[in-house]
Amino acid sequence: MKVKIKIRRFNPEKDRKPYWAEYTVDAEPADRVLDVLVQIKGYQDGSLTFRRSCAHGICGSDALVINGRNRLACKVLVRDVGKDIVVEPLRGLPVIKDLTVDMEPFFRKYRSILPFLINDEPPPHIERLQTIEARARFDETTKCILCAACTTSCPSFWANDSYVGPAAIVQAHRFIFDDRDQGAQVRLALLAESDGVWRCRTIYNCVEACPREIDITRAIGEVKKAILTGDVD
Amino acid sequence: MLHRYDVIVVGAGGAGLMAALYASQGAKTAVISKLYPTRSHTGTAQGGIGAALGNLEEDHPEWHIFDTIKGSDYLADQDAVKVLCEEAVDTVYELEHMGLPFDRTPDGRIAQRPFGGHTNNVTKKPVRRACHAADRTGHMILQTVYQQCIKNHVTFFDEYQVMDLLVNDQGQTAGVVALHIDSGELHTFHAKSTVFATGGFGRIWKITSNAYALTGDGPAVAFRRGVPIQDMEFFQFHPTGIKGLGILITEGVRGEGGVLINGQGERFMPKYAPTVKDLASRDVVSRAIYLEIREGRGINGQDYVYLDVRPETVNRYSDEDGVKNLDGTPRHITAADIEKKLPDIADFCRTYLGVDPVKQPMPIQPTAHYAMGGIPTDVKAQVVIDSVNTPLPGFYAAGECACVSVHGANRLGTNSLVDILVFGRRAGQHAAAFAAATDWPALPSEPEARVRAELEGIRYSAGIESAADIRRDMRNLMMDNVGVYRTAELLTDAVARLRALKERFKRIAIMDKGQRWNTELLEAWELGCLLDLAEVTATVAGERQESRGAHFREDYPERDDTHWLKHSLAWIQPDGSIRLGYKPVTLGLYQPAKRTY
Repeated sequence: MKVKIKIRRFNPEKDRKPYWAEYTVDAEPADRVLDVLVQIKGYQDGSLTFRRSCAHGICGSDALVINGRNRLACKVLVRDVGKDIVVEPLRGLPVIKDLTVDMEPFFRKYRSILPFLINDEPPPHIERLQTIEARARFDETTKCILCAACTTSCPSFWANDSYVGPAAIVQAHRFIFDDRDQGAQVRLALLAESDGVWRCRTIYNCVEACPREIDITRAIGEVKKAILTGDVD
Repeated sequence: MLHRYDVIVVGAGGAGLMAALYASQGAKTAVISKLYPTRSHTGTAQGGIGAALGNLEEDHPEWHIFDTIKGSDYLADQDAVKVLCEEAVDTVYELEHMGLPFDRTPDGRIAQRPFGGHTNNVTKKPVRRACHAADRTGHMILQTVYQQCIKNHVTFFDEYQVMDLLVNDQGQTAGVVALHIDSGELHTFHAKSTVFATGGFGRIWKITSNAYALTGDGPAVAFRRGVPIQDMEFFQFHPTGIKGLGILITEGVRGEGGVLINGQGERFMPKYAPTVKDLASRDVVSRAIYLEIREGRGINGQDYVYLDVRPETVNRYSDEDGVKNLDGTPRHITAADIEKKLPDIADFCRTYLGVDPVKQPMPIQPTAHYAMGGIPTDVKAQVVIDSVNTPLPGFYAAGECACVSVHGANRLGTNSLVDILVFGRRAGQHAAAFAAATDWPALPSEPEARVRAELEGIRYSAGIESAADIRRDMRNLMMDNVGVYRTAELLTDAVARLRALKERFKRIAIMDKGQRWNTELLEAWELGCLLDLAEVTATVAGERQESRGAHFREDYPERDDTHWLKHSLAWIQPDGSIRLGYKPVTLGLYQPAKRTY
């Protein structure tokens, strides 16, 4: 089938401002939108620029705005979006070239919540024990692939880019509710600051954007509750 | 721009991050990666990491060693396998201490599941050895080791692509040259020790589980600087890739009881592996699938079969085989168990196939998955450059780009994750120790000249050939001629046609002449790497007149230990031709024996 695809393009070495380019591509309904982009790059315009790697929704490279929604280009099929496709770079991060945005601000926020296990007790000579229930407590937030689809769908983040954003809170949740971790109070204090969880207005865009189907707003709610109660159980 | 570090690590997957974590404890270290570290291909590993913890049933590192050697079809170096399997146990505990969220047993220990080729050496039955975090074990390993690098303030150069290895007139490595993708500028990294952990090169085949990024840059760059590549004829086709797409469906599906079914509705693996059936090693299962397809027993006569993990199927065959839970009750699973243990697999099938694996069988076919071959190293991860294992001072390699060799002619599932961590750690330790004991190697004059010439040659080529066409032709050719079944005729034809593709590659043209984020230029350069490695693969496969592990020759269907119990080495000569050599396999624990499952 013929697919018409409009792409928001910008070359910092040539263009003063972004513009729309339109392409027509032969595609199968089961093709990924990423396949369509790869086909354009290979056979129509080699300068079209985007990130991609694993092409099956795990590496998190190719989050884009596709027909108005934040999605991974490798996880949305032509048959899901139809014959008219519109692709734009993620919102809220500086565009570098075409669909490539500067991810540094996003990873800075990730690093700010101390994304590593904090536990200074000497470990046993085997594994630390953890119950199945304790492990299940933070299972969902371990699925995050740091694709930035959630953070860049959040109106609170668009309005104020100093907001730490949903992805960083998800990553904090993964440690706060891990009973092997002892850094919960430090992270909760960080997230209680003015650019922390209270900027979340429960708009739920992040939940809809997450390609890993993490219930992000619920996770943020649990962090808010832990800040209020001081209790992570 | 010039940078100086004691240790440079190239690649930020599991092996590179582990090397960096350890090297940075004693040496000024930086990691250079063409991807953000969390995008690395380690993250796509699914089913588990093998270690004989014995958390659920009796197991021993000695059994893991034997299984790995047998799985390798006796081509693995047995001293290296011993290191791998013995250090696997501490490595898994170390990951847990780092915070990795392993699934747990009812008594709170790390959960383990069966995997292909991993057995109880007494009963010969599958053993629970693969330590798992649902079906995203690689994702959790990548995240966890990266988290530790953040905690320890490791320096990263993200989205810098390494394009050359510097070797000075004294024969020492002196660092690397990398392109900063954002600016298009070249950077020279002067280093005492260089660690390559750049991953595999499955993109030379059409159907592959490998990421776009897996273009073999590390092995190709080293090869062009005179380092040999080892055992390139051994490339693993994983039995269960999603039909048409090649996306991996973990062996853990069969570990949880899933079975392979042909077009006649028959479970066919018992014919090929009567004892462990669907949990035979990957080379055996992939060949069985191809044979079924060739004999007209694919689904509707086509080129795929089914992987069936529907509860009714699993429970029926579990009953037939008498598979029991640890408490002695029959093993029965429910739809909810599948959702819990294999959530990503269920998601992939629904997204890409519109198939619900709880209700329908999954259409699968073998997919190019893993390079057993690569840059030759010793057990210190030090690169060795000839048949008597002479080291190249200051150069280390670990993970899929390296060949220790712990996987020999066929890797067991779960052992790649063990490999990246065990030998990534060793690479980091030894690279830092080497740096501490050595003076700065002289930097070659005009270190960036070679890369600049390569890139300008592509950027300003007056040719008319399309990189996309050459890439497509290469991938189709490798699939048809250098796949699971090989013959002299197919391989000779492949070498000739690859040389023709390389000639065409000299005349490619690109549209993007810019500096910043010129991914068209980078992809064209990567295609050059893939073509070099494809030619070596087809050439050494044509030379090896036997069948061993993943290398199956229809014209030489038996293993021939008298003539071929040896590793292959390939060097590039100044005129671009390939020179072959061999080196002995290190035995010492087990003599080669007939391999049945």
